Amino acid sequence: MGMLDGKVALITGGSRGQGRAHAVTCAREGADVVIVDIADQMSTVPYKMARQEDLDETVKQVEALDRRILAVQGDVRDQGQLDAAVTQGIAEFGKIDILIANAGIWTQAPFWELTDEQWDEMIGVNLTGVWKSAKAVAPHMIERQSGSIVITSSTNGIEPGLNYAHYVAAKHGVIGLMKNIALELAPYGIRCNSINPGAIRTPMTDHQGAWDMFAGHPGGTEADLIEGGYHFTALAGTSFMDPQVIADTALYLNSDLAAKVTGVTIPVDAGHLILTGVNNTPVK
Amino acid sequence: MGQLDGKVAFITGAARGQGRSHAITLAREGADIIAVDLCAQAESVPYAMATPDDLAETVKEVEALDRRIIASQADIRDLGALTEVVNRGVAELGRLDIVLANAGISSMAPTLEMEETAWDEMIEINLTGQWKTIKAAVPHIIEGGRGGSVVITSSLAAITTNENIAHYTAAKHGLIGLMRVLAKELAPHSIRVNTLHPTTVATPMILNEPTYKLFRPDLENPTYDDFAVAARTLNKLPIVAVEPSDISNAVLYLVSDSGRYITGITHVIDAGGQV
Repeated sequence: MGMLDGKVALITGGSRGQGRAHAVTCAREGADVVIVDIADQMSTVPYKMARQEDLDETVKQVEALDRRILAVQGDVRDQGQLDAAVTQGIAEFGKIDILIANAGIWTQAPFWELTDEQWDEMIGVNLTGVWKSAKAVAPHMIERQSGSIVITSSTNGIEPGLNYAHYVAAKHGVIGLMKNIALELAPYGIRCNSINPGAIRTPMTDHQGAWDMFAGHPGGTEADLIEGGYHFTALAGTSFMDPQVIADTALYLNSDLAAKVTGVTIPVDAGHLILTGVNNTPVK
Repeated sequence: MGQLDGKVAFITGAARGQGRSHAITLAREGADIIAVDLCAQAESVPYAMATPDDLAETVKEVEALDRRIIASQADIRDLGALTEVVNRGVAELGRLDIVLANAGISSMAPTLEMEETAWDEMIEINLTGQWKTIKAAVPHIIEGGRGGSVVITSSLAAITTNENIAHYTAAKHGLIGLMRVLAKELAPHSIRVNTLHPTTVATPMILNEPTYKLFRPDLENPTYDDFAVAARTLNKLPIVAVEPSDISNAVLYLVSDSGRYITGITHVIDAGGQV
């Protein structure tokens, strides 16, 4: 018996990384799945974004668990595409019980050097895209007086991070959005919560730009990322974590275990947020 | 197969309410239990506290699940008594993985009119008692070398505040500080420490006339229904109170593999009360 038997989950950014972990975990626990992913490159993103073959791989893994899956190529910045995915999902599976608003990008630059395009793509995907995703499913959930929404924030929804102010602003923003969605949907028995992942190893965090950030200089390596990951966590033996750790917490929040939990945000960060801050490069 | 097969959990305040629910939930998932409860009245507490019969009922319900349980009457204000019980429990059950610092009391009075006894008992049980619980038990988890999980029951009162429970509010805030320092100190041992913040839970600590009066100071003799009207306004989800099992489910999430990278956090279960 699964924790989500008979449910239907819509997952944005579902083609790889955390999104795929969500899709496979929901399916393993008995849910049918709708995934939406842009499956294309965006102009400001320096690492390779998901492609059709990534969507296909998630489909394969969900079907291997004997669950049904609908994969839609769609952009969370486009309300029409999201609404169409929801309509198609309901036509196929009869309903949508769960939304995991997971799609996100990460780019880097000092805030005064961010281009308009970098800012707009970030806010468009990581903040406005979450609002549009929730907006797409809310009327259906309200009609059924039932539902659970999980939004992926970040430890950067709680603390700043050097050279990605737009990301930090978006990830802080989705916590406010989460609380307001929780407030406005509570009368209908619909819950909304968010998760603050720490260092999770996915294509979004494992590329030259991230290696350089953790190395502290250009020319960083994968080893620098892993070493930096150890310094990012408090728990013994923990560097960058597997996406599954986020899927586990989303599973909890979407299941009956959390039936009375709404409006909260849960850090899954191996203790990152309890580390004391020190200035490694003070200007004296 | 349970989520906690082969594990052992130490639970304070286990005779009834949330503590009993935790014991049964963890046992259902395969854990053996070491349980303590005062099983007596504290002087400043205006409702009937748990009895030895209540603790016996917890034992019965855990054993009905084919799990072992070592249960003792013990006061969490007494470090010696706690240490003795935990040592005995670990000797019999072989190990310790989980600590649930759950025992707690409630009493109410305007801050400036509060009796010193009421203040002192509150701080000794709801704050210092949790520290003593952890001090008595966690060395066994460290010794096991397998890591573990500590869950401290704080309250929504540590996040949103209300009149007439200053001592309770101070103690429950204090637990967050205790948790954060412990989370840091114990992380190198792979031991995680988190707090839970429940809204009103349907237990004997809440379902009693003095608490009804706390919620309805406007009425002379408020009933459950009068209390329900006020309690409902605390929550955004349309309910009066959550059930003990709702809190146990959060405990299970935090102590099981699902929570394996979660430490140092404050987890609210409040039916949307704080949004």
